[in-house]
Amino acid sequence: MTDPKMKPTQYVLRLYIAGQTPKSLAAVSNLNRICEEFLQGQYEVEVIDLLENPHLAEGDQIIAIPTLVRKLPEPIRKVIGDLSDTEKTLIGLQLKPR
Amino acid sequence: MIDKFLPRLDKCPTGIAGFDDISGGGLPRGRPTLLSGYAGTGKSLFALEFILHGIERYQEHGVFISFEESPKDLAVNVASLGFDLARYQADGQLRVIQIELEPQALIEAGEFDLDGLFIRLGAAIDAVGAKRIALDGAENLFAAFTDMRILRAEFHRLMRWLKERGLTAIITTERGKDALSRHGLEEYIADCVIALDHRIERELATRRLRIVKYRGSAHGSNEYPFVFEKQGFSVMPITSAGLSYAVSSEQVSSGIVSLDAMVAGGVYRGSSILVSGTSGTGKSSLAVHMVDAACRRGEHCLYLAMEESPDQIERNMKSIGIDLAQWRRAGLLNFHAVRPTASGLEMHLAMLTRLVDEISPKLVVVDPITAFATGAIDETVKLMLVRAVDLFKTKGITSLLTCLTSGGTAEEATAVGVSSLVDVWLTLRNLEAAGERTRGLYVSKARGMAHSNQVREFILTNAGVRLEDVVLDEHGRILTGSARQFHEELTRAEQKVSAADQERRRAALERKRHVLEEKVAVLHAEFEDDVRALDAELEREALRVQASGRALGDMATQRGSGQTTQHTPR
Repeated sequence: MTDPKMKPTQYVLRLYIAGQTPKSLAAVSNLNRICEEFLQGQYEVEVIDLLENPHLAEGDQIIAIPTLVRKLPEPIRKVIGDLSDTEKTLIGLQLKPR
Repeated sequence: MIDKFLPRLDKCPTGIAGFDDISGGGLPRGRPTLLSGYAGTGKSLFALEFILHGIERYQEHGVFISFEESPKDLAVNVASLGFDLARYQADGQLRVIQIELEPQALIEAGEFDLDGLFIRLGAAIDAVGAKRIALDGAENLFAAFTDMRILRAEFHRLMRWLKERGLTAIITTERGKDALSRHGLEEYIADCVIALDHRIERELATRRLRIVKYRGSAHGSNEYPFVFEKQGFSVMPITSAGLSYAVSSEQVSSGIVSLDAMVAGGVYRGSSILVSGTSGTGKSSLAVHMVDAACRRGEHCLYLAMEESPDQIERNMKSIGIDLAQWRRAGLLNFHAVRPTASGLEMHLAMLTRLVDEISPKLVVVDPITAFATGAIDETVKLMLVRAVDLFKTKGITSLLTCLTSGGTAEEATAVGVSSLVDVWLTLRNLEAAGERTRGLYVSKARGMAHSNQVREFILTNAGVRLEDVVLDEHGRILTGSARQFHEELTRAEQKVSAADQERRRAALERKRHVLEEKVAVLHAEFEDDVRALDAELEREALRVQASGRALGDMATQRGSGQTTQHTPR
């Protein structure tokens, strides 16, 4: 992963929120902080507000809000909550061993 | 009932056969109901039927949320019941959503809520304008997350949310070891709790449904057997109408004239008749007479053969001159052979219900009911029979149940247990005397009709059953079989003897009269002689008086001068 010859792994992340709630806002800012710190230059984040697009909840089987879905690299991983627990978020994204 | 003292709770009919009867109209409208049961007890089917009947019968659209089975599996499950899930969904009446929970792929990193679930439910509810919703296997939510504090709060919010939206909901949950649900869901769903159960007693599997709690409503508190049938989930209540079925005063013949006479001309239509007796006393023979009589009237009959095959019954009954095959061919007689232990009691009941609906018989024979039990007739079997008899009565069907008793001193103990369910109880018993076995019949009970208290001898002839009047010997003992015949011969002989005797006495009297008459004739003749003798004497006397008168006259003429007999007194 740190081999400079290899193309760095690209992270495609999707964050599901439901309106501008404190939890959602916290999740957005926590995610930005973590990405900048651990995935600089190798991530894409898409934030989906289910209040605006409720039908999008089906695809990723969203139940809890907020939910962060790691679409790539596969396999798909999910982290739920406002991501205030950085340690657990990193474990969930498999940036850190369990 | 109790209902009228409580504010009327609006009920939402489930459309599930029998359930709406025991719940006084269905589930509490606009509230969630908890449906608890072990795996495989039929929770999903109950919930799904609730939704589908809502669409089919009550114009209420629905949403089915499955936390376990895939929509494809669900569709297959109910296709056999005649429901086409795809069509309802295409028509915008139904949404089926599977919520997939993958706890192993989920990490919790901070505060969360279940808004995702709410949004999905909300979208589905709005899409079809749902009035009913089922959350099947909702307790799986608790297994998917680790933060129970959040889960409890969210589940509570979910229930409130459903109520606010006015949805009638069923939440199914797997039963815990000692609780109705593994995660204490009953704490959140306080309005109505239903428990399903599946247990095996005496090698018979029985499914039961019980309304554990129903806030603000009277409800049946018994455990009710239920089944899955061709038509779906079916609960077997003693109908809430209870004992209020219409009764008929029409009397129907048993097919045996002399038996009809014993019960004031025939049993009432729609009544239930129990025929008990030990093996070989002629219970089935009695039953087929009734069948034969009903078929002759053009009525449909249902014969549940629990021990013998229909062919065997037909053959055997031919020997007493009853041709059942003709009724079978005419489509009037429906035999149904059942292996009693092949399925659970509630299954038999369901089958009976279905057959009765299909055939609309006027007479049902269950031969024998004792085959339902592996041992004695216990409460479970009795309960089932109560429901069966009740079913017949509500439909005005006359029923004849035969009951095999074991004999001995407590011989009718079994039958006694069942007899309270029936209107007429005929007892057949073996009468043993003088090295011979004969059959006796008596009416143990006949509700609402005058009936004979006598034992009759029950004789099977090649022209059917005949009941012989009871014959008593000089000690008051009942004589049957050859003893009765002997007694009858003896009586006839005695009568012959006494007839001869009378003849003799009459002849003697006749002779006496003859003698008497002769004597009278003699006396009469003597009397006549006396009369004649007297007359002759009287005549002679008269002549003599005349003669003496004339002589005096002559003398006066001789002595006087012309004056006759003139004396000259001074």
